[in-house]
Amino acid sequence: MDRPLGLLAELTYKCPLHCPYCSNPVAVPRAAELTLHEWCRVLAEARQLGVLQLHLTGGEPLTRPDLTPLVAQARDLGFYVNLVTSGVGLDQRRASELARAGLDHVQLSMQDADRVAADEVAGARVFDRKLAAARAVTAVQLPLTINVVLHRGNVGRIGPIADLAAALGADRLELEHTQYYGLVLLNRSALLPTRDQVVAAEHAVADARATYGDTLEILYVVADYHESYPKPCMHGWGRRHLVIAPDGRVLPCPAAAQIVGLGIDTVRERPLDEIWHHSPAFIRFRGYDWMSEPCRGCPRKEIDFGGCRCQAFQLTGDASRADPVCQLSPDNHLVEAALQVVAPPRQPLHPRSNPSIM
Amino acid sequence: MTAALALTDRPQLRRGVRAATDPLTDETVLLFPEGVLILNETAAAVVRQCDGCLSVAEVAQAVGEVYDDVAVADVVSLLQDLITQKLLVTNRG
Repeated sequence: MDRPLGLLAELTYKCPLHCPYCSNPVAVPRAAELTLHEWCRVLAEARQLGVLQLHLTGGEPLTRPDLTPLVAQARDLGFYVNLVTSGVGLDQRRASELARAGLDHVQLSMQDADRVAADEVAGARVFDRKLAAARAVTAVQLPLTINVVLHRGNVGRIGPIADLAAALGADRLELEHTQYYGLVLLNRSALLPTRDQVVAAEHAVADARATYGDTLEILYVVADYHESYPKPCMHGWGRRHLVIAPDGRVLPCPAAAQIVGLGIDTVRERPLDEIWHHSPAFIRFRGYDWMSEPCRGCPRKEIDFGGCRCQAFQLTGDASRADPVCQLSPDNHLVEAALQVVAPPRQPLHPRSNPSIM
Repeated sequence: MTAALALTDRPQLRRGVRAATDPLTDETVLLFPEGVLILNETAAAVVRQCDGCLSVAEVAQAVGEVYDDVAVADVVSLLQDLITQKLLVTNRG
């Protein structure tokens, strides 16, 4: 399919939280962020390109004072509009305003079911504000997904996390193991769960599904380090999704900026249609021609597309190699070695730093 | 886990699922938080009748008036599939 279906719009990298697994612990000065006017133009271009779904994310998108008019414009263009938020700043008034503007769905991040542990990971006292945000969302009848990033510190509390999501009236709970990209790699030995924890987590997910049945849909994204084959990252590079960073850079996935020499274009300089079809960053790993062995001749290449390019780059320095998570990869020992490193449980984490750039 | 669909059940799209028209192809699509499902013409006709008021039997009848090759069993099978994919819910008849 020669068209994108989903657009991840990173409106800002500002965020009040300091999670050690943040995918964007970087700063784009507010002055460099795309304006509402620019976003409206870009969204219209995305719609013409065939994008159906818009995920508004960050950083914390609620820090943008122009979020509501942006949602209204997006809905007017016909997008399914999903807000991905920490919930900080989502009070009753803001939730009503966003619902009236046509927001379709809210994904609210929670760090844990335990208040102290949650606030420790978030690096801020936000647990109660998140509970209030969840209630504000359901009070205006917006569908709610609770998102929880799993790691060694919370993976043992899947049961209580599911209980919390159900008590908050969530429609869905998404449990996703930490992805080790960018600076998150610094925290890998402290965040990576053990094999036993991963097995126990799978049982806990099955138990929670049995408990909540159809009232709470539970999605579980496996821990790829513990799998035999890689994930079908982004359903293929430059195939169904695109990401626009706060400053207008257009990427095939949220972590792709770390790949050196990708040739990233920006919506300030080229139309989105041209970028999707011709930008070096999108062409680089699109399809199968870029692959070398063992991917090139592998029957699984149409299932997992060789896995994750960012992970290959991060672990081997070469983004065109097979994802080292794959048991067929010559670099699989790098993942196996990481699994052997069991850090002491209280090893300090490197929190996301938030430079005070307005 | 999900009980078999009865002809008296009254199906409707789940909260957070929206039917829309694809601007490029004019096909009916179901949009939901993490995905898109493209419906063929008859499936779209079935889904458009699922308003939470009409029963499965009534939905099948309404669609059968427009498309003469639609069997009740096909409608039930489609609805069951959408329920399994958590795109549709039913009110017990």
